[in-house]
Amino acid sequence: MTARRTIDQVAVGDRLPPLELDVTARTVVLGASASRDWQPQHHDHHWARRKVGSDIFLNTPTQAGWIERYLTDWAGPTGRLGSLTFRMRRTVTPRDLLRFEGTVQDVTVDDAGTGWADIAVVLTAICDGTEETATECTARLAMPSGEVDNPWRQRGVDWQPDGDAATPRQEGG
Amino acid sequence: MSVTSSPATRADWEGTQLDAGAGDVACERGHILHWLEATEDANPLYWDEEVARELTDGWIAPPTMLSVWMRPLVFDPTRDEPIRPLELHFRLKDAFGLPEGIVASNRITFHEPVRPGDVVSTVQSIRSISEPKTNRLGTGRFWTIDVTYRNQDGVLVGVESYDMFAYERPEDGS
Repeated sequence: MTARRTIDQVAVGDRLPPLELDVTARTVVLGASASRDWQPQHHDHHWARRKVGSDIFLNTPTQAGWIERYLTDWAGPTGRLGSLTFRMRRTVTPRDLLRFEGTVQDVTVDDAGTGWADIAVVLTAICDGTEETATECTARLAMPSGEVDNPWRQRGVDWQPDGDAATPRQEGG
Repeated sequence: MSVTSSPATRADWEGTQLDAGAGDVACERGHILHWLEATEDANPLYWDEEVARELTDGWIAPPTMLSVWMRPLVFDPTRDEPIRPLELHFRLKDAFGLPEGIVASNRITFHEPVRPGDVVSTVQSIRSISEPKTNRLGTGRFWTIDVTYRNQDGVLVGVESYDMFAYERPEDGS
């Protein structure tokens, strides 16, 4: 049984165990197919070379899927993704070793009782001895506030994936 | 289904909406498995039906599959030209004469989970367009496009926001 991490087990500064992925052409094309994205830069090596000057590269939905998987490997099945914000710095291509690292930036509990971990995720591409930041991402992950809590049960105004900024609800403490 | 006129000024474009309608494919379990093999995701929520029943009242799709359900089929014998996933971006590029475009950043917010059988509809809208800017890529404009996703019951399932930079390369200009 996969562990179900609760928000009280998480502290600012915690580091998630790193994950390393050997990126191959199959990784890129399988991701493109699973996301139903048939733009040529994600499956056609010759097209990508000619038009973009690189090999085929991982599309954004596939990176999001890998990041979600990375986060829930750590949080368990009660971890529920609220939001992801990405910035792409470099394409991820076959032959890259892609390293995922995550650091907890903030830990809160909202007024509906859901725990939130804000996690900075960095994807580093390692190829031919050089390391470059490929993607930077901020994830907001809901986690149970106790053994019996389940963030998947939150709906409507009780589900607050945007955090304070976009939550219309304003109740005094 | 479409924007009836093509306003020429920045102010007219801001707030423009495009209803892209329902996605071509309904959410289904086989495609969820394809996604899980692609991301090597062992989360028991997606593999153990008991866990899915306990936590989410049955199977759901991983939230990051959101855009999968709106991406048009590449072949459909009943249709000539599908609305592209970021159609408004392409229309803006044409309207402002900016041939190149990149995604500067992308934010996805997840709401109600998508379940097998769900059909997701999207509305694209232009939130803002910047004044012309010049950077290392060339001269162009930043704009933000929101894509709002709802299921067949009208329940919000997610919002994707794209910050794009569309530009003309210096050597292409006059």
